[in-house]
Amino acid sequence: MNAIDKYILHTVAGMHDIPQGAYNIRKNGAGISRNTTANIDIRTKEDKPGIDIIVKPGTIGESVHIPVILTAEGLEDLVYNTFDIGEGADILIVAGCGIHNPGNQNARHDGVHDFIVRKGARMRYVEKHYGEGNGQGQKILNPKTIVEVEEDGYAELELVQISGVDNTKRDTVARLHKNAHMLVTERMLTDGNQFAESKILVELVGQDASTRIISRSVARDSSQQIFYPRVVGLNMCRGHVQCDAIIMHQAQIRSIPEIAANHADAQLVHEAAIGKIAGEQLIKLMSIGLSEAEAEETILKGFLK
Amino acid sequence: MLEISDLSLTLDGDKGPVEVLRDINFVLRDHLLYVFTGPNGGGKSSLAKVIMGIYKPTSGKIILNGEDITSLGVTERARLGVGYAFQQPPRFKGLTVGELLQLALGKELSVQECNYLYDVGLCPQDYLEREVDASLSGGELKRIEIATLLARDLNVAIYDEPEAGIDLWSFSRLTETFQKLHDRCETTLILISHQERILSLADEIILVADGTVKEKGSKDVIWPLIMGDAICTCPTNCIERAEDSVECYR
Repeated sequence: MNAIDKYILHTVAGMHDIPQGAYNIRKNGAGISRNTTANIDIRTKEDKPGIDIIVKPGTIGESVHIPVILTAEGLEDLVYNTFDIGEGADILIVAGCGIHNPGNQNARHDGVHDFIVRKGARMRYVEKHYGEGNGQGQKILNPKTIVEVEEDGYAELELVQISGVDNTKRDTVARLHKNAHMLVTERMLTDGNQFAESKILVELVGQDASTRIISRSVARDSSQQIFYPRVVGLNMCRGHVQCDAIIMHQAQIRSIPEIAANHADAQLVHEAAIGKIAGEQLIKLMSIGLSEAEAEETILKGFLK
Repeated sequence: MLEISDLSLTLDGDKGPVEVLRDINFVLRDHLLYVFTGPNGGGKSSLAKVIMGIYKPTSGKIILNGEDITSLGVTERARLGVGYAFQQPPRFKGLTVGELLQLALGKELSVQECNYLYDVGLCPQDYLEREVDASLSGGELKRIEIATLLARDLNVAIYDEPEAGIDLWSFSRLTETFQKLHDRCETTLILISHQERILSLADEIILVADGTVKEKGSKDVIWPLIMGDAICTCPTNCIERAEDSVECYR
């Protein structure tokens, strides 16, 4: 791995070095490094590109890192990863993708991640997307995330697009069974002429299932963002959608949250707000000695934390 | 020392320009505690905002320790040691109380500096990691706002209605804090307030009404004037009905 690879790994997966526990590092369309543990197996798929990650029931406190690096222009990488989180396990999965595109042709990674979180298991999934490179070539990331949470299971998805991704279409779908819970937090920053679309659909299938979707985004310059977070209640359940966006310069944001109840005991709420940075927030921070630019940066950093 | 001379402020309102402040003149000395008081809408907060640089005066001068700061912006004045605790402080999603205090302090927080939260009646352990967002009550937010000013080494510190929304127990703690600050620091303290207990702390009370300074003096001089006015401030001549104040205010 060279310095660029290491920088990207650090940015998208918080990795300074080879991580503890299970990992699979994919670079320019091929796996370059892998480690499995007694409880976590990683197998290459035979029918299509991608891996199967199998976590044994009862595995507690282990992590899996599966970062992807793209450093070549003109590359279109499509990968299917399947995760099977065994009953009663409690695990962290870190899956970032960073593109360093030095040239004028596009570089693109489409990842399909399919999860099953089995009975009573807990999973925290962190996905960070980042792009860089001075050429004209676009950095494109289109993740599809499919999650099934079984009875008493818990899934937390932290989806972060840091910067430098020119075009993204994110698609997240989840089904929650009896007493299953899911928290989705999405953080997005776009600038320049970037475009981002995020669709999230959570179906609350089982009794007492619940979900919270929290989306926070900042659109700068002439960038565009579209959000479609949806929660469907099919049983006695609770759902809350909260979309907050800061708009700046000539950016455009559309936020279309939807809640649908197909059961009389479904309690669903949605909130959506788009606005500029409040002038009084800037003035407050300036009145303790920050410059206007520092104040703006502090507000955005906190908002996207 | 803060000198204000011939200061006036006209702001654009919905129905055209509004003269908010006019002919303001005073000198505030180091180590003294001043209270600006007067009726709502009289110009107290506007005057504070002009001192902080949030509003640019239409005319007049503001001199801080011999330096003309009239043309300086908010950040520059903050760096010269002017501070303002907002009457209604803004909330920040994602920014914690600890981070806000650290920004105010300009360096990493030490255990000792967490005591600024104690001074406003908040336990640091409970609050440092909390976000300064809608999860805080109005009173908690207000106390955190005051703590951000206590954390700074200031030449002029302005607290805009520090008692507003604060419970009685915290208020008592707060008045002690202001008294301590007054005893120990060289800072020129300005409290905008209507509370008798805060007025009692003042070396000098400045009565601001109709956009100008109506009176200056000790509590003994100003308090009777305020109480005299408080019976009825409606413009119509209804002195005969003054005892029936509900009727009077209608």
